[in-house]
Amino acid sequence: MTKQTINLKLKVWRQTNPQTEGKFVTYDAKDISPDASFLEMLDTVNEGLIKKGDSPIVFDHDCREGICGSCGFMINGNAHGPEKSTTVCQLHMRHFHDGEELVLEPWRATAFPVIKDLMCDRSAFDRIMKSGGYISVNTGNAQDANAIPIPKPDADEAFLSAACIGCGACVASCKNASAALFTSAKITHLSLLPQGKVERGQRALDMVAQMDAEGFGACTSTGVCSASCPKDISLTNIATMNREYLKAVITQKEEMGGGDGV
Amino acid sequence: MLQFFKSTVGRKYLMGITGLVWMGFIFGHMAGNMLIFVGADAFNAYGHAIVSNKILLYGTEIALVLTLIVHVSCAISLTIQNRSSRNSRYAMTPNAEKGSSLASKTMAVQGSAILAFIILHLITFKYGKIYETNVGGVLMRDLHKLVIETFAQPGYVAWYVVCLILLLFHLSHGAHSIFQSFGILERKMQAKLKMGAWVYALVVAGGFLSQPIYVFLFHK
Repeated sequence: MTKQTINLKLKVWRQTNPQTEGKFVTYDAKDISPDASFLEMLDTVNEGLIKKGDSPIVFDHDCREGICGSCGFMINGNAHGPEKSTTVCQLHMRHFHDGEELVLEPWRATAFPVIKDLMCDRSAFDRIMKSGGYISVNTGNAQDANAIPIPKPDADEAFLSAACIGCGACVASCKNASAALFTSAKITHLSLLPQGKVERGQRALDMVAQMDAEGFGACTSTGVCSASCPKDISLTNIATMNREYLKAVITQKEEMGGGDGV
Repeated sequence: MLQFFKSTVGRKYLMGITGLVWMGFIFGHMAGNMLIFVGADAFNAYGHAIVSNKILLYGTEIALVLTLIVHVSCAISLTIQNRSSRNSRYAMTPNAEKGSSLASKTMAVQGSAILAFIILHLITFKYGKIYETNVGGVLMRDLHKLVIETFAQPGYVAWYVVCLILLLFHLSHGAHSIFQSFGILERKMQAKLKMGAWVYALVVAGGFLSQPIYVFLFHK
């Protein structure tokens, strides 16, 4: 038995490169299976475009399992589409109805310049991670897990924060294009765990400074970031970031030299 | 320390602390003004007691002016930064589930209107016409008469109603948002905080609203 396929009208943002102005171009997506994912639907449209000699619609994607954070664009103004807790690669066409018109736009933020069509440059996130989103212990094996007790609520909260895949939906949906949810998820995740606690102060200072330097906006606590997040990262992370930052500003000690350093 | 005040996080702390000062003040201001329901003498005596205590008066005025300056200047600098962080606009707006509340989206607009309101409000009352009255043998300013006169004018009442509704939304967002800015938001607090913020905002804005409406409709 074959399932009823649907036809859609897509208004897609086409932009050749970061320097040129983009514009919306309308395409028909015909005979789309409701079981197809949104990206598979775009693949189908792209095959048609390639056959006609047009350039395919460019979009980021990798695992298509909702865990890598590569994909993401706006569908009718919603980051990753209308469904909650879903990446666009895990969004299926059964959520749309026949004849629907969909507007596809890239993430829009000054810190995320559009590279081409629906693909934007999110290396600002990489630079925030590079500024402190890691722990400096880089030798030896992992310790026996039971040697470092971690309270269950802390472990739970750290896991929930660590679920952030860095897709950028928070920035894209925020009216201020703020990266507070992303940055705070990383700060919270590491500051809750023993290995990360050692550098928590410097990490908060450095990551917040880098976040601001990249040109992201401030948090207005609208909560849209969390509502749009495919991994349901909580707003409480932002509170934790603010607290860590304030604490670090007041209590952070400076290195005095000595030891192996000259 | 300078880096703290330059950072977005630090400026949100400042917004929150200064907002909190004003939240305390307007609650007291609203509660005191409720004496309008008691009578002219009580209202005037209350006003006189405040202006007679110079330490309280100037202390409060200085605190309010300073915090307002910090609140407004942080708001302006953050709004400029927030606007520049998105250089092109989306063609579509999100649906309700992934969208934001109108109150949180329009804080800057509400704030601008409230600032204009505060200035005009001071011109009307604090620096307005001076009538005199005698309460229990003490000569004092008859603010009650000025209030009754002002709120007999429908235009004034309408302007107050509009601004107080804006204040309601400004407070409803600000009062729970400060918990996040201050870093004391925990998962279990989230739902109750929003409710608490609305209760506070409704009490303050509702209390204030009752005063001009009472005077306009019921005061002979």
